[in-house]
Amino acid sequence: MARLIIMGGGVSGHTTATFAKKWLGDEHEVVVVTPNSQWNWIPSNIWVGVGQMEKKDVVFPLAPIYKKAGIDFRQALATEIHPNGKADDDTPYIVISSTEEGKEGQTEELSYDYLVNATGPKLNFDATPGLGNGSGGLSGNTVSVCTADHAVHASEELKEIFAKAKAGERQKILVGTGHGMCTCQGAAFEYIFNIEHEARKANVRDMLDIKWISNESFLGDFGMGGLHMKVGGYAVSSKLFAESLYAERDVQWIIGAHTSKVEEGKIEYELLDGTMHEETFDFAMLIPPFGGVGLKAYDKDGSDMTDTLFAPNGFMKVDAKYDAGAYENWKASDWPVTYQNPTFDNIFAAGIAFAPPHLISKPMTSPNGTPINPTPPRTGMPSGIIGKAVAHSVCDMIKKGKDVHLHEASMADMGAACVASAGKGLFDGSAAAMTVYPVVPDFEKYPGTGRDTNYTFGEIGLAGHWIKHILHHMFLYKAKLKPGWTLIPE
Amino acid sequence: MKQEEINFGKSEQFNLTMIPGSFARRMRKNIIWQFFRFMVINIKMLIVVSKSH
Repeated sequence: MARLIIMGGGVSGHTTATFAKKWLGDEHEVVVVTPNSQWNWIPSNIWVGVGQMEKKDVVFPLAPIYKKAGIDFRQALATEIHPNGKADDDTPYIVISSTEEGKEGQTEELSYDYLVNATGPKLNFDATPGLGNGSGGLSGNTVSVCTADHAVHASEELKEIFAKAKAGERQKILVGTGHGMCTCQGAAFEYIFNIEHEARKANVRDMLDIKWISNESFLGDFGMGGLHMKVGGYAVSSKLFAESLYAERDVQWIIGAHTSKVEEGKIEYELLDGTMHEETFDFAMLIPPFGGVGLKAYDKDGSDMTDTLFAPNGFMKVDAKYDAGAYENWKASDWPVTYQNPTFDNIFAAGIAFAPPHLISKPMTSPNGTPINPTPPRTGMPSGIIGKAVAHSVCDMIKKGKDVHLHEASMADMGAACVASAGKGLFDGSAAAMTVYPVVPDFEKYPGTGRDTNYTFGEIGLAGHWIKHILHHMFLYKAKLKPGWTLIPE
Repeated sequence: MKQEEINFGKSEQFNLTMIPGSFARRMRKNIIWQFFRFMVINIKMLIVVSKSH
């Protein structure tokens, strides 16, 4: 019997674990180690953040689902990896620290045959002074929608802003990125237009100044270097598509910005031209930068070998080309294909946890030397697809031997669908629905835009809004492993 | 002044982009047209998903 341990129970880890258990059956053991007792459909946190959904609508407890599936669930934080085992035992193992109520901090060693790192990111609020509280959490200066609890808090704060606006007090809302190296602009993008939509519904739009701030060098970069899509018979840049939406909804924007400091009601930021500025706000939702979760790796003799397994940003090294050099040399083939660690063939990383070879967007630095550019998005659909491919590879290795051909899921050969929906009603909402293929542009395969413009498109309307509703229910259904869950694609 | 023209005057940023007119805005809410687009977008998304696996 082989034991597969998956660290992390988010989109990628949950996908890996559930498919691996289905394919391996009871002959082998699948263990999930995650500090959270609940699974969260993160895209719908946006609706929680504007009070259109409750926390219970976007989370469910993992324990009963894993019990039903036959997966060993450990509510714990993985802290150490010992890929070569101990001095007197070669069996690799990880160290976990319980987060279960009543057992907090209790440590345990878990041996493994295969290990999948799907921890997701650390929300690095402390990277920006005043954005974090100095202990890894969110300060009270801004709100967040990164977790369901954050979104609930954001909704309560937003309610107060709307109440003040209704009482005739003009309010300033600022939404975007809280650092020059953030990713996940899409979530902030969706949140700002949900706020705008709800403000119209509440008849307070005229009393709100809504502003976007982002580390993108142009609107519509989305961490993917922008994209070209077919709209109305034209192939247009996402810059025009995004600017049009902001102008239509009367949302001003600040771009190429590194938020360097956050205080109560005020941020300081540096622009790509090196100038420093301030912006005041009554309500701000700023996405933090992502980092690795801080896992450490140790050799048999106890020496630190974290650098062998992880890149300096804390994400796990996989089969990517990390020495691609300057932007001009970047290729689609730099991106990982199998997500296998180059040093240990029984370790994989999936979803946000893998270290990308470089940015997708063009790197930008201010004259002061501050990097201001979005980091690559690896959430949602790519996370799920990578998780499934990794599960397939590990299952094949367990069943057929280590020399099997591994399954491939390069982001340079993978599309992504993104629906940013405003509102929740079936007929009064609207959404920007976008697909991009591939996520990482391949200029050798698609000279010009780097992408297939037949399958890279975007449009605004009710249709995308309906799709967002369907995705919400469909992915929660799938994650709960209800009948036919395997038929729903990632 | 037409609704789409109001925001052009609000800032230089807005003035240099495009803003949908009344026909485009109506079509975004038109149930029949949006149902058709719903089918088209779904098919396209399914093709993208199938190409990605």
